[in-house]
Amino acid sequence: YQRRVHGVAPPARERNPFSLENQSRNEKLALDGLKPPKCRKTGTTICGVVFKGGVALAADTRATEGPIVADKNCEKIHYIAPNIYCCGAGTAADTENVTAMVASALALQRLNIGKQSRVKQAQTILKQHLFRYQGHVSAALVLGGVDVGGPYLSTVAPHGSTDRLPYVTMGSGSLAAMAVFESEYKDDLTEKEAIDLVHKAILRGIFEDLGSGSNVDIRVIRKDGTEYFRNYDKPNERVFRAPKSYVFPKGSVVVLKETVEHFNTNNGKAPMDIDK
Amino acid sequence: VSTQSTWKSDRVALHKNIGLRVQWYEYQNNGAIPGVRSVSQMLSNMLYYRRFFPYYTFNLLAGVDENGEGVVFGYDAVGCTEPQKYGCSGSGNALIEPILDNQVLRQHQTKAGGEADFTMQEAVDLIKDAFTSAGERDIYTGDSVEIFVISKDGVKQENFPLKRD
Repeated sequence: YQRRVHGVAPPARERNPFSLENQSRNEKLALDGLKPPKCRKTGTTICGVVFKGGVALAADTRATEGPIVADKNCEKIHYIAPNIYCCGAGTAADTENVTAMVASALALQRLNIGKQSRVKQAQTILKQHLFRYQGHVSAALVLGGVDVGGPYLSTVAPHGSTDRLPYVTMGSGSLAAMAVFESEYKDDLTEKEAIDLVHKAILRGIFEDLGSGSNVDIRVIRKDGTEYFRNYDKPNERVFRAPKSYVFPKGSVVVLKETVEHFNTNNGKAPMDIDK
Repeated sequence: VSTQSTWKSDRVALHKNIGLRVQWYEYQNNGAIPGVRSVSQMLSNMLYYRRFFPYYTFNLLAGVDENGEGVVFGYDAVGCTEPQKYGCSGSGNALIEPILDNQVLRQHQTKAGGEADFTMQEAVDLIKDAFTSAGERDIYTGDSVEIFVISKDGVKQENFPLKRD
């Protein structure tokens, strides 16, 4: 079926957002033995917990490319709406783009209807998009927010299934984090207890899972607003630095040839000041 | 002192075998301790003996030879070896080797005046820095490092903690 509003182009997300022109070339190259480049993944421990009055989302900050750490302090808690945020695990490009897409769709809708976005709406857009791509968009999300129906927390898996739950974890460190939740979760947590709980869960992911590491980020979403604790905990600062300096004396690298090209000689006049 | 990376069962078995062979050398040679170069050749032979079902280990043998000079022998899985000034192996190999190439050999630093001559403290600090840096960017490197300093006076062991994430 086609959703059509008269005179208005369908939203960007319904037109095919992916260009498939390299498809047959890549297949041929793969047959010749060329391995496709590895995507940057976020390794990751992400989790969320519902407390009395809102939801708390938390994430680690390590992004990996295979066995190498690509970013030691990335942000995995993405904005979707003023009252809705989403943690992302899986392929970093996929989580970034899919959450941006949903944020854009909801912003447009808020302009049209003038009401606060609902978390269920974000969840539905995400699951329909991910299911359409049959899991090839590798985004495993922890979606949380507060709307008219109260606090709402759910996971969205890469193939498009969702689970609405009081506490959730995703990513390679999800088992470590879930172990903490299963031991210590109880209903009707206070905000402080919820923050402590997610903090503890992410710490376990950081230390026990190789794909997760560095710092803990926490975002608390309440009815009246959100609070962001970027780098709430930094248990992995570099401790040791050799006292010796690695500064190379000038002239360490021999200059073989030096040529100077002048551009914009400005006929000998003073250069223009662009910033004026 | 020898270290290995990867397959643990092969690592343990090989380590045990080297220890046994060294013990037997001492029994059969009036208590004399074999020199580094002898052990290095023996290890190479032991590894090549299993050429068609190798020990899955990538060894590094280090010690002080008869002249009092320090020497490192790096091995592949089937025993290819040569004496070196430094060596490294493992998942962080690609991260640490360039640091050692630059700081030890100093090949491309014209003002440095040739290869480095480290004091013990400088060498240990360089190793600690190298491991700390590798631990930052390699997910498999971390927790702690055991540093063995071998000199003519004996072997000193130090446990250096790394980031545990």
